[in-house]
This record gives sequence, structure tokens and C-alpha cells, in this order.
Amino acid sequence: MVGVRTPVLAALLLMAFALVFATDFVATGAMAEGTAKWPGQCVADSATMRRNHFEMLLHQRDDTMRLGERPSDRSLGACLDCHAVKGADGHAVTAADSRHFCRTCHDSAAVRIDCFSCHNSAPGRGK
Amino acid sequence: MAKMKTPFTALDGKSMCFYRLLGVLGAVAAVGLGSALYMEHHGHVVTGMGNQIVWGLPHVFAIFLIVAASGALNVASIASVFGKTPYKPLAPLSGLTALALLAGGLMVLVLDLGRPDRLFVAMTHYNFTSIFAWNVILYNGFFAVVGVYLWTMLDRRMNPHTAKAGVAAFIWRLVLTTGTGSIFGFLVARETYHSAVMAPLFIAMSLSFGTAVFLLVVAGLYRMEGRALGDAVMNRLGRLLAVFVAAVFYFVVVQHITNLYTARGGEVERFLLGAGGVHTVLFWFGQMLVGTAVPLILLLHPAFRGTRSNLLLAAALVILGGLAQLYVIVIGGQAFPLNLFPGMQVTSDAFDGTVGAYDPSLPEFLLGLGGVAVALLIVTVAGAAFRFLPESLADAAVDPHHAKANA
Amino acid sequence: MTDVSNPSRRSLLAGLATLTLAPGIVLMAPQPAGAAATAGKRWGLLIDTTKCSSGCDACVQACGAEHGWSDPTHGRPDQAPRWVRKVDVKDPASGKTASLPVMCQHCAKPPCVDVCPTGASFKRADGIVLVDRHICIGCRYCMMACPFKARSFVHEDVTSQRPGTPRGNGTVEGCTLCVTRVDAGKLPVCVDACAGTGKGAILFGDLNDPNSAISRRVREVAPARLRADLRLDTGVHYQGL
Repeated sequence: MVGVRTPVLAALLLMAFALVFATDFVATGAMAEGTAKWPGQCVADSATMRRNHFEMLLHQRDDTMRLGERPSDRSLGACLDCHAVKGADGHAVTAADSRHFCRTCHDSAAVRIDCFSCHNSAPGRGK
Repeated sequence: MAKMKTPFTALDGKSMCFYRLLGVLGAVAAVGLGSALYMEHHGHVVTGMGNQIVWGLPHVFAIFLIVAASGALNVASIASVFGKTPYKPLAPLSGLTALALLAGGLMVLVLDLGRPDRLFVAMTHYNFTSIFAWNVILYNGFFAVVGVYLWTMLDRRMNPHTAKAGVAAFIWRLVLTTGTGSIFGFLVARETYHSAVMAPLFIAMSLSFGTAVFLLVVAGLYRMEGRALGDAVMNRLGRLLAVFVAAVFYFVVVQHITNLYTARGGEVERFLLGAGGVHTVLFWFGQMLVGTAVPLILLLHPAFRGTRSNLLLAAALVILGGLAQLYVIVIGGQAFPLNLFPGMQVTSDAFDGTVGAYDPSLPEFLLGLGGVAVALLIVTVAGAAFRFLPESLADAAVDPHHAKANA
Repeated sequence: MTDVSNPSRRSLLAGLATLTLAPGIVLMAPQPAGAAATAGKRWGLLIDTTKCSSGCDACVQACGAEHGWSDPTHGRPDQAPRWVRKVDVKDPASGKTASLPVMCQHCAKPPCVDVCPTGASFKRADGIVLVDRHICIGCRYCMMACPFKARSFVHEDVTSQRPGTPRGNGTVEGCTLCVTRVDAGKLPVCVDACAGTGKGAILFGDLNDPNSAISRRVREVAPARLRADLRLDTGVHYQGL
């Protein structure tokens, strides 16, 4: 029985390890280019943002919606304008394009982005 | 009298009949799910629903199934709560049918949501002033309560607790159906809905539709299995059905007469009973004639009552009439224009003052049918997996007194 | 926690809000930054229907353009989103007619908030009734509950959403009283558009402030409210009905 238990345990541990640190591995690959393009920090450093941006988004959206708090550096539009990736026509690409900032990570992490079903993914682009 | 032990057996899961039934139900359910996927992918723009008629055919089917679910449990309640022995053998199947109908109805309701992917949000965010939120809790609780009730019936060690579980399930379903009726009854905005009669009307509807569905399910399963199904229990159910149909009729009459008595209620009644087009036809022909008058005649008139085929026909007509009634309630109730300016003539380019038009689309109808299929599928599969069905419902097996009296 | 005491934003707000339209007429008193939805305020509208003409729908056009709901869709007319609409009313007894825009009435006791199962339909502390489309499941029960038919359902995917107005398929929407603009110290676009036509039929302001223009005018003309019998304490008042 020991022969079966150990590999199974090892596999489970490996999966847990992968789950916890996957975003870092994935992000490092996709985002190595990112930190060069967007140096410095706006809200927090890259590592913190990668780990916690969804919690920050969830928290801020409620503060904005229900309390009317609209700090300019926490608006989704500000994030998207700054992180905009320009397409061939010089305008920011939308989330339909795989070069969109959010998609560079979310595609490889395979996490669906719900935000852009309602929010404009390239607000600076204009209508 | 010696205590009778009714032998319960599972459906024959290997017969051709069974496979054919699974195949048909599975196909209809698959088409229903495909329709839901189509509507979810393209958005509700492909449906007949709009901003004037926001709840359509899927809701008619869903509410029918949910209301019938509560009533289907009635047979078990009569057995466990009111101690009527002839119904005891049917109690487990009654519980199963109730759960299956509720599951089918909820499936249709959830799949019609604008954001069905947010079901988890609906289960974790509750606004307790909303009767809708209370209904979500009541529906989920129904599964738990009836699940425990079934356990007390199927597990011999738990049999002493059946009465207690039965009472809990009975009360739960009364609250649940009151809640379902109140979804409409609490809406102060719409004069077609805002009424205290909605809750008791829905209770009566649940008893009527639930008993009718249960009758057909029992007859269908026993026919498929070739098991004995005596008149003692079926005619009892038939008489019950007649009482419930009459109860529904009573509440409908009270609702309309109360409206007709008032000056301002005249407009609504003129719409529903006279000038409502499809709604008027469904009310008189569907609900009153097919759903009330004909079944009552078939069930009570000496020339017709007592025959198995008339009984089943009556049950089927009650179901059709019930769907018509829910169409009039759900869609007719929305079609009548909202009255922002009482007594005034109102026009706008957004349909103010006009009767709402609703052209049901095929995907909506298929989704509704899919829910029915899923409910029947659950009954069939669970019936084959567990021992829900009494081996025999012949008169002697069900009620020895009845058999002796007729001997 | 979010840092909301940003001095540059506060001074920008103060500057915007004290912008004078004409000598003596100030848009709004400056609001403290970060406390946009304060309980002390109650935003409302006063619409002078005597200035409204049946053919004019400047408010509707402006709202649709600002928020994007009037963009062409593939749906039927009854599926088209409608945040505000012009309604013509005629009294059959006297022949008197009136024309008025009807939008979300931002009730103090909103039935839509009561019935929403997830709490997505909510009322802000300053009285603006909104849909939190993050948790809206699209059940449309609020649309059944609204006596004013104020809400619409989005029937298909939306693209080109305007900044400040996220909108998406499968959720319910309605007049937001231009909440993003109001929080920035500006007026709702319907107010601006009506003023632009020269009619100036729509007045916006704080109903809780007895000295605001809207409160003074409400005391002066004693306007009516739609479906007052329902006791919803609506935030939109109509003069001349």
C-alpha cells in the first residue's frame, strides 16, 4: 500500500503547490515584458497586484457603487487607460484582442474576465 | 386488522419500455438544454420576451412545475399527517414526484435568468425583504425537508419518525406555495396581481395540479410496469382532484367578482374576460371549460365517473387548463398596461397605454418542455434505482375494507 | 483601504462645483471628496410639464447618447432599452393635455429594492436608486415590481459602452440620475439638454436642503408626483399635472 500512497500524496502536493504559485509562474512569463513597459507603481507593486488585484477590484467596486467613492487612481477606466495596449491603428485594443493587458495573463491562467461584459475594456478608445 | 406490509420494488430498469421512455425524455431534456444554451449565448433578444412582457413561456412552465411539486406531495401528507392508510403506499412516490417536479421547474427558471452563470451569487446574496429571496431559501429547504421525509419512509429504522417529518414537509410546502403566490400578490404596482387572494389561489392550484400530475405519473408507471392499479386508490385521488379543482374555481371567482364590484376594477376585468384576445380565449376556453368544467363533469357526473380513462382524461385536462391559467396570470397580468395616470389617456413611443404583445418563441417553449422532461426523467431514474413503487396497488392490497365491502 | 483624501481631487471638485452659469447662479455647493453619497442629501428632480412640449424629446436623446442605451440594437422595439421616455397624457373629461418625461422616480421606498432577490437593486444614501450589475442575475422581478416601468433589460451583448456607464447583456438597467456626473458635481444630462433648448423644464437639486433651488420651488408650486397613492415618496416631482 505504501507504494500507492506516496506517489498519490506527492501528486496532490504538487497540484497544491502549482495552484498556489501558478499565477506567479504564469505571470512572470507573461508579465516580464509588462513590468518593463509599465515601470513604477500606481496602486501597489507588481507582485502585490498580481496576487490581489481581484480582491482590490471587488472591494473598490462596492465602495464606488454603493458609497459613491471615486478615487481617481482606483477607477477602472484609469487602470485601463494606463495599461492600454495600442493596436495597429494607434487606438487601444479591446478585450476581444489577445494583446489586451488583462488578457495577457488571464488567457494563460484560464480565468474568465466578467468585467468586460459590462465595462468598456478600452475606454480611452472612444466610440 | 393485521398491519399490512406493502412490498415496494424498483422499476424494471432493463425493459424495452424503460429504455424507450428514457430515450424520449432524455431527447426532450437535451433539446430543452440546447434551447437554453441558444438563448443564453445570443441573449434574450432571440426570445419573445421584452421590456413589456418580461416573464414569458419559460416562467409559465416553471411556475406550473413548482406549484405542482408542492401539490404532488399532498398524497404523502394525507398519509403521514392525516393518517389515511390507503394513501400510505403511495407516499414515497409522492415525495419523489414532488422533488422531481421542483427540480425541473427550478431548472427552467434558472436557465432563463439573464445571467444564469450568477446562480452562485443568487445562492449567497440574500435580500431578506424580497419574497423572491425567501422563495429561493424555501425551494432549497424543500429539497432538504422532503429528502429527510423520504428517508424516514424508505429506511425502515426511520419509520417511527415519518409522522414528524410529514408534518414538517406539510407546513414547509404550505409556506413555500404561499411564497410562490405572494411573488405576484405582493406586487403593488400591478392591479392584475396585487391581491391577498394570490397566496390561497396558488395553494389551491398546487393541490389541483399536483394531484393531476401525480395521477398521471402513477398510471403511467404502473402501465409501463404492468403492475396492478386498483380503482380504490385511483378513484379516491379522482374525488380529491375534483375537490381541488372546485377550490381553484372558488378563488378565481372571488378574485374576479371582487374586481368587478369596483369601478376601477372594471377595466382589468374587461381586458381579461372580454377584450384580451388570446388571454380571454385561454381564460374561458382553456381555464374554465377545459380546465374546470369538463374535468368536474368527468370526475363527478354519474355517467362518467369511476372509469379509469375518464379519470386520466380529467387529470390531463386539469393540467392543460392549469397551463392556460398560468399563461393568463403570468402573461395576461403583464400585458395589461401599467396605469401611471388613473383615468387619463396615455400615449408614448414606449408602449404606455397599450396592451403588451407577446409572441412566444420556439426556444422558450422547448426550454419549458425540457423542464417537464427533466422532472419525469428524475422520477423514472430514481424509481428504477430505489424502491419507490408498491408492488401492487390492487384494491385488496390497498384497502382490505374496500375489497371486503365489494366482495 | 482606499485612500480618498486626495487633495488635488478635492480642489478640482471645488473648482468645478462653484462654476457659475450666470451671475449669482451656482451649479451646486462643493461636496467633500470621497463622501459623495452622504445620507444628508436627497437628490431629486422637479419637472415643469407646462414647459414640456409633445414634440420635444431633447432629454431622451441626451440621455441615450450619454449612456449609450439608444445605440442601435438587433432587437424588436419592445426589447429596446429605455431609461427615460416622453409620455403624452390627455384628460378625456376636459381635453387638457400634458407632456412629460418619465424615468426612474428614485423613490424613497422603492418597490424594486424590496423585491430584488440578491440586493442588486439598491438605494444609495443620497436617494439615488441604482442596479448593482455585478450581482444582478437578470431575473427581471424588479421590472415587474416597478409601477413606472422605469427599468429595461439588456437583451444582447453590448459593445462601445460609454465611460462612466457600464452596461451588459442579461442585466437590468434604468435611469441612474447620472450618478457619475452628480458625484463629480455636475448635473444630469437631461437637465443640461433641456436647459440647452431654452425651456429649462427640469430642475435638479437636493430635496433635503430647504434652501436649495429645488426645495424652494417645490414649496412654491406644490407639484404632484406619479402614483402618489402608492406612498413611495418619489424623488421626481411634476409641476403642471
